[in-house]
Amino acid sequence: MKKGTWKRVLTYLGKYRIFLFLSLVFAAASVACTLYVPILIGRGIDQIIAAGEVNFDALKNYLLSAAIVVGVGALVQWIMTTINNKITYEVVGDIRRDAMNHIQELPLSYLDSHAYGDIVSRIIADVDQFADGLLMGFTNLFTGVITILGTLAFMVYLNAGITLVVVLLTPLSLFVAKFIASHTYSFFKKQSATRGEQTAVIEEIIGNQRIIQAFSQEDESLEQFDEINERLEACSLQATFYSSLTNPCTRFVNSTVYAAVALTGAFAAMTGAITVGGLSCFLSYAGQYAKPFNEISGVITELQNALACAARMFEFLDSEPQPEEPADAYTLQDVKGNVSINDVCFSYTPERKLIEHLNLQVNAGQRIAIVGPTGCGKTTLINLLMRFYDTVSGSILVEGQEIRRVTRASLRQNYGMVLQETWLMEGTIRQNLIMGKPNATREEMIAAAKAAHAHSFITRLPNGYDTMLTENGDELSQGQKQLLCIARVMLRKPPMLILDEATSSIDTRTELKVQDAFARLMEGRTSFVVAHRLSTICDADRILVMKDGNIIEQGTHTELLEADGFYAHLYESQFAATM
Amino acid sequence: MFKLLRFMKGYRKQALLAPLFKLLEALLELLVPLVVAAIIDKGIGGSSKGYTIRMSLLLVLFAMIGLGFSVLAQYFSAKTAVGFTAKVRHSLFAHIQSLSYTELDRLGTSTLITRLTNDMNQIQNGVNLTLRLFLRSPFIVFGAMIMAFTIDTKSAMIFVLVIPVLSVVVFGIMLISIPLYRRVQLRLDRVLSLTRQNLTGVRVLRAFCKEEEQKALFAQKNGALMKDQKRSAKISALMNPLTYIIINAGIIALIYSGALRVDKGILTQGAVVALYNYMSQILVELVKLANLIINITKSIACGNRVQAVFETTSSLTFDEIPAIREIPVKACKNGVPYVEFDHATLRYQNAADDMLHDLCFTARSGEIIGVIGGTGSGKSSLVNLIPRFYDVTGGSVRICGNDVREYPLTTLRESIGIVPQKAVLFAGTIRSNLRFRKSDATDEELWTALRLAQAEEFVRKLPDGLDAPVSQGGKNFSGGQRQRLTIARALVGNPGLLILDDSASALDYATDAALRRALATLPQKPCCFIVSQRTASLMHADKILVMDDGVLVGQGTHEELLQTCVVYKEIYDSQFKKEKKAASGSPQPEPDLDDWDVGGEFDRKEGIRV
Repeated sequence: MKKGTWKRVLTYLGKYRIFLFLSLVFAAASVACTLYVPILIGRGIDQIIAAGEVNFDALKNYLLSAAIVVGVGALVQWIMTTINNKITYEVVGDIRRDAMNHIQELPLSYLDSHAYGDIVSRIIADVDQFADGLLMGFTNLFTGVITILGTLAFMVYLNAGITLVVVLLTPLSLFVAKFIASHTYSFFKKQSATRGEQTAVIEEIIGNQRIIQAFSQEDESLEQFDEINERLEACSLQATFYSSLTNPCTRFVNSTVYAAVALTGAFAAMTGAITVGGLSCFLSYAGQYAKPFNEISGVITELQNALACAARMFEFLDSEPQPEEPADAYTLQDVKGNVSINDVCFSYTPERKLIEHLNLQVNAGQRIAIVGPTGCGKTTLINLLMRFYDTVSGSILVEGQEIRRVTRASLRQNYGMVLQETWLMEGTIRQNLIMGKPNATREEMIAAAKAAHAHSFITRLPNGYDTMLTENGDELSQGQKQLLCIARVMLRKPPMLILDEATSSIDTRTELKVQDAFARLMEGRTSFVVAHRLSTICDADRILVMKDGNIIEQGTHTELLEADGFYAHLYESQFAATM
Repeated sequence: MFKLLRFMKGYRKQALLAPLFKLLEALLELLVPLVVAAIIDKGIGGSSKGYTIRMSLLLVLFAMIGLGFSVLAQYFSAKTAVGFTAKVRHSLFAHIQSLSYTELDRLGTSTLITRLTNDMNQIQNGVNLTLRLFLRSPFIVFGAMIMAFTIDTKSAMIFVLVIPVLSVVVFGIMLISIPLYRRVQLRLDRVLSLTRQNLTGVRVLRAFCKEEEQKALFAQKNGALMKDQKRSAKISALMNPLTYIIINAGIIALIYSGALRVDKGILTQGAVVALYNYMSQILVELVKLANLIINITKSIACGNRVQAVFETTSSLTFDEIPAIREIPVKACKNGVPYVEFDHATLRYQNAADDMLHDLCFTARSGEIIGVIGGTGSGKSSLVNLIPRFYDVTGGSVRICGNDVREYPLTTLRESIGIVPQKAVLFAGTIRSNLRFRKSDATDEELWTALRLAQAEEFVRKLPDGLDAPVSQGGKNFSGGQRQRLTIARALVGNPGLLILDDSASALDYATDAALRRALATLPQKPCCFIVSQRTASLMHADKILVMDDGVLVGQGTHEELLQTCVVYKEIYDSQFKKEKKAASGSPQPEPDLDDWDVGGEFDRKEGIRV
């Protein structure tokens, strides 16, 4: 899992290999400068021996060189950081983009069965955390490794003996860091998972805050929130504390190394094997040599955290997308609206059978009303017609073409859909209306809005057709939203329609007009209507009475009444109850 | 941000101990260059191996004590940061629960979610780092300067010069990057809301084949985020190189002036090395401080945004001590109407016009009050005034003769059973959802409510019955089932006042009628408001309120209104025209056949089994 995650991250980085290479080069240059400065300073210090024993000419030379090296080092470091930023933010951007693209490819079955909050948290919070880790990784890991190698080279050049002391002791620092990192990974993972869980609860409660308040459930939901909040507090404490031990522990090792260098260096200086300037240079190196270990270990914990986040992200990215369209997928053309459903079986879960052996022939232009009790499979039928879900067995043909062999886009383009739950996107009213037909002229759009009786209320809004709607158009009434959804389909005029309880919350005064408009729209078009209204049902060419996933009766209103079966019985009792 | 510090209460001790132990550790670090200087001057200079060994051991001892201090500091700061954040998160969540609809409308759901998630993580991180480093770093910086003074005043002047220059650079860059960072956050919010939108609207987007377009839109917003991230990072990237230059300039100056002083015999070589070491320490700490400041900047930005939510308070006003009054479940005494609207007027925040204008009517216990009207006519707004989702901006709404604002909010809302327009259930079980109004309701009470709401049958069929799991939003139930469950939810606990906000629209007429009959049999005889667009649902109501553009244009029974109210007649005609056309005798309402309960033992003609 962890290894796989690394590999995936590296794949993302591959695109930026030139920049990675440049970053490495500049990191090396920057480290070389940083390491050379203490040597120049050390030589300078060696020119300062005692009163009257100071070689000013040499000192000035060394200090001037030091100044130049510092300038170059700073410049190179700046360029390196800029490159690293570029790589990190672009990689993270790439991952987010892929995640979004993936959402578009995911089957509805996945999205219906996962909490939105969790998916959002993976794409936003986890990726953000990953960015932090990656950036730290770049800035510190490269320079860290190069600093270690460079320091080693310079130290050997100065004095091999003391170098040996440093080299022998510092691995301790690495060991400590690794030990802590491997133990904190699981804490971070747990923290990440608990955060996801909490986000899901927040989404649910804050998203439905109005209902919570209507039922005075504030205390209960707070209680539910607090339970997770406390668990998060506990595992956050573990993750935060244990990971923060890395620095003190490695710093302890480093201080010990520093003391050892001071000791051996002083002994070497007593025998003249090294100058005092050399010793000060060594001490500064011992600090610098240890520092990258320190940083690397910090980076490693940060990377572990980032990897845990990346793993959750990739887990999402790896979820099975909907089956790819076959290469020879047919583009539906000249659809007249002949639909045939042959022996279709479908269920959401294998344990609970839903639709079984469903057969239905629909000719172009027919209006099909679907009625039946709740849970009888009405909305499931829509899911299958639109290919939101694929049938388990059997086939659905449109114009004689098996819909699994045609492109999804061409299938869906031929349907106009108005769902029970109105959904509008963030944007202007105009953007929402022309969703199905982006190149529509203003006249066409207004005509469609008028046909759906939306024009008059739209023009009364502050900015008319350019009024911005926030997420899900909360500023409009349910009925107004419904009208917009209808206008959206009106504009598109597809050969087939799917209407799911579409007129249920439109104000009754305009309902009739809308129904007339619908009737006009439905003229000559195949339409599937999950029906509420008697008038819709009466006007239908065929009524499907569904029960437990099967069509138990079909025919026209008159035929069904004459047949005196299930429908007739229900129709009677329905009236009896109303009167 | 600083106002958030009130949540530190309870962690004060830890919040003080963490930096304290950090300071002790730092103090030990400051002593190290002095020990090294002693080794150079006395150890090497005096060729004393014993002294050198003793001093080296002292360094190791410092390291060990330092380790102990810092482990303690890390623990206290982690504890404080995590605990503090958990408290803020708790309080923010609780605070959001206290906001009224007006504020929720304004703040928006996705913003609130970001505040509770991402922002909290940033704050936790910021507090943790602040406690660990914010005192330590300046302490070492100034400590080093003070130590330099103890060595040599003139050399120390270089420290006095370098530190302000460094500070200007560090803080300057910080000030520039704060607004840039704020922009990044704004962009991130947009990306977040787009992601959510693509999840909530997935069916529509796919039906319109918008996949590619959404990809492009996301790429564009994501690109804008990335561009701003890079821009703000570019400024921050200047920090390290600039400080590096300044500190090294300081070192070069220090060594040159040190050389002059040594030449005159004022300083020793070891002292120059010590000064050099102090200057180096400043660099390390300043780099830490710089990084820390960037992190804290982020956290403060998050903290301010969170504080802004805290400062948004409910626009509902309360009496200091609400007159704790019970709301009677049954009819009020002395013939006072149960609900009374007295010239009630409502204007939404920032709206140009009244949503509801000067409404006057009364409603009694046991009465069914129908509310009818066109889209946007104010039907929902009218019933929203009763549980105080919004407060009137003029006139008053009274329950049992008392203004609704005089009751404690929970008493008020708990006495009302509400079925909202949108049928939403919460993750849990059917039981947990039904117990919303009454947490200790017995199974019998729940089944009764389910029976009344016509939901008994399908719940009985579920393998787990009342314990059947409900997923987030109730996505595992159909729209009709959710609708009935939300009705049952409102009925549990026998409220004295029921509000069905256009929620029977998904019910068929038989159920609707059965439900009305059932309501009449309720022992507490509730006053019941039914908002609907269908005259057929309301024609048997005791009183029908006809709304048109926020004005109450008619009230009375069906028969009365047909005679007196043009708007009502228009609505009625539009719905019964078809059947008149069919000329089948008396006008027939148009039944809604959605929720036929075809299967099962339930006999519709008998109505409801109560």
